[in-house]
Amino acid sequence: MGADFVILSLTPLLIGTLAAIACALPGNFLILRRQALIGDAISHVVLPGIVVAFLITGTTSTWPMMLGAAGAAIVAVILIEAIKRLGRIEPGAAMGVAFTALFAFGVLLLEQSDTSNVHLDVEHALYGNLESLIWFGADGWGSLLDRQALAELPPELGRMAAVTAVIAILTLVFWRPLKISTFDEGFAGTIGIPTAAIGFGLVVTAAVAAVAAFDAVGSIIVIAMFICPPAAARLMTNRLEAQIWWSLFFAILSAVLGFVLAGYGPLWLGGEDAVSAAGMIATVSGVILGLACLYAPHRTRIGAPATPD
Amino acid sequence: MLAGVLDALLLQSGYNAALVGIGAGLLGAAAGASGTFLFLRKRALVSDAVAHATLPGIGLAFIVMALLGGDGRNLIGLLAGSAISAFAGLLIVEWIARRTRLSEDVAIGAVLSVFFGFGIVLLTVIQTMSRGKQAGLEGFLLGATAGMLFQDAVVIAIGGAICVTLVILLRRPMTLVAFDPDYAAASGRDVRLIDLAMMMLVLTVTVIGLKLVGLILIVALLIIPPVAARFWTERTDRVVLAAGVIGGVSGYVGAALSAAAPGIPTGPIIVLVCFAVFVASLLFAPGRGVLAAIIRHQRFQIRVHRRQGLLALAHGEPIYDPLTIAVLRRARMIRKDRVATDLGRAQAAKTLRDEKRWEIARQVYTDEAISGRYDGLTPIEAVLTRDEIADLDRRIGGPAMVAGA
Repeated sequence: MGADFVILSLTPLLIGTLAAIACALPGNFLILRRQALIGDAISHVVLPGIVVAFLITGTTSTWPMMLGAAGAAIVAVILIEAIKRLGRIEPGAAMGVAFTALFAFGVLLLEQSDTSNVHLDVEHALYGNLESLIWFGADGWGSLLDRQALAELPPELGRMAAVTAVIAILTLVFWRPLKISTFDEGFAGTIGIPTAAIGFGLVVTAAVAAVAAFDAVGSIIVIAMFICPPAAARLMTNRLEAQIWWSLFFAILSAVLGFVLAGYGPLWLGGEDAVSAAGMIATVSGVILGLACLYAPHRTRIGAPATPD
Repeated sequence: MLAGVLDALLLQSGYNAALVGIGAGLLGAAAGASGTFLFLRKRALVSDAVAHATLPGIGLAFIVMALLGGDGRNLIGLLAGSAISAFAGLLIVEWIARRTRLSEDVAIGAVLSVFFGFGIVLLTVIQTMSRGKQAGLEGFLLGATAGMLFQDAVVIAIGGAICVTLVILLRRPMTLVAFDPDYAAASGRDVRLIDLAMMMLVLTVTVIGLKLVGLILIVALLIIPPVAARFWTERTDRVVLAAGVIGGVSGYVGAALSAAAPGIPTGPIIVLVCFAVFVASLLFAPGRGVLAAIIRHQRFQIRVHRRQGLLALAHGEPIYDPLTIAVLRRARMIRKDRVATDLGRAQAAKTLRDEKRWEIARQVYTDEAISGRYDGLTPIEAVLTRDEIADLDRRIGGPAMVAGA
């Protein structure tokens, strides 16, 4: 755990963990509101947004990308609503139509345009490039105190940290209305909570988390972290507060364990090269969910016996 | 470019391309038709989980075949592997939704992301194994017809044909279960078995479509055609047929377009063709389409304004609403200075009399089937017979002397 770790692993590990937290927090509410697949849809439509932003500005710098992706997410939400209302189509199918079409559009646009000199391709969009977010300026733990080295931290780290902090603060500030409108929308309406605005805000927050995480770690982690840690946490407890803490714990565990297994696992097994960290983090979160489905204390529905007898 | 597309559409750009085109058409038709049952059963997104769950199977099949000394790229082997892992994914979705308190959408999302993530891990393992040599498995993500082998095209064409046949054979029980699973169970059919058959059909379509459309977008071929077809008709068998046609045409046209532009992955082109058909259906379908709805709304609005205007004329009240004036003007019932014409006076008198007839009718016929039809717009002749109306007129009676006059 010396200088190599600080240079090669510290920042990707932190970024992965922050991305996992940023996605798991809104994920808790999404799965309780039966909107779990919104994360899936958003992470698909981010691609056309980013490509359009690139075509307009010609760069892959942060803000155009973020704006493009957020714009695409909003277009997708409007498109889904339009299909649902105009065609009286059930939400799942409406979502399927919208996000596949937008994703296809994004891929087509990407393949048509000249992106050979920038790092923008479908594979990157899908599984990100966590391993490449190296801290070049560091030469050991001491660099954490070295102002010059700190300036060379990958910009993704600061961005991800800021987004995670914003999402955590939003969750705290809107905790009460969010909780009430999630569990009892009718009651929330009668006591004056703007439930529609809360619902839309949640989706936008999820989109922001997805976009920020997508930039650093790719869309697989985004979808997995929206769903797996909160779902596993849901099986651990009946209290929302406890569920949030469990989901954060599972998210961090997935990120750290997944990153370590991806980086060092193949070496232990006699291999030479690391495997995809994003893929491994998703896999670990799936294993955690699987274990929760088998052994967690609150895995059955209320009223059903915990053990089949 | 255009000549190339035309060649491909007319099956003139080589034997392989023709075979791929036919295969894509058959696959699209099978996907559209089997997707309809999924859509009617409200489980469209289960297919997304199934599609993403194929990736680890592809990776494992490649590794196993390569370790056994064979060619890791053998399409049949890869498809067999993908079918196994897709089936495992499907079982896990069902198991989570059935055995735990988590809802089906959570199960779908979890299986989708975790299987896909694990598949990516396997792909990176394969990259290390094959060192420099391109394994070419990326083509399964978004579909690629360029460089497709003859036998691959044959597999797709035969697979598409098998799927179409299965849909034709299974359409009746699947329709029944999609609409009323309880009735299906009560009349002695094994709902779980039929559901399983439906999912196996979807799985087969997915696996066959991997090479052509890719696993990320194959779900579009299962969802978009039924949704588009739903706009055109209210009958299940016709929705199935229309979805099959839409899927087939999209597959065929998409494959032809991509044959003319080999650099672009096939999947997105097919999906966008399909989406274009959907948008056209959304806008222009009679009955459920947006345009039809707008026309219907305008006709309704005109009828309401016409009635209100005529009642105002009958009561001798002035009309201020510009739309009412326009409607009455166009029907030549009022003049430019808003004075009623002969036609207008006649129509106004009739409207007022019908209003009175309705009023009596609603007292006489307490039956919901008649009195419930009163909405101010339905002509009374459409509800009551001539004799009944004559009876109402008798009750209304002629002009009577007012006391004190």
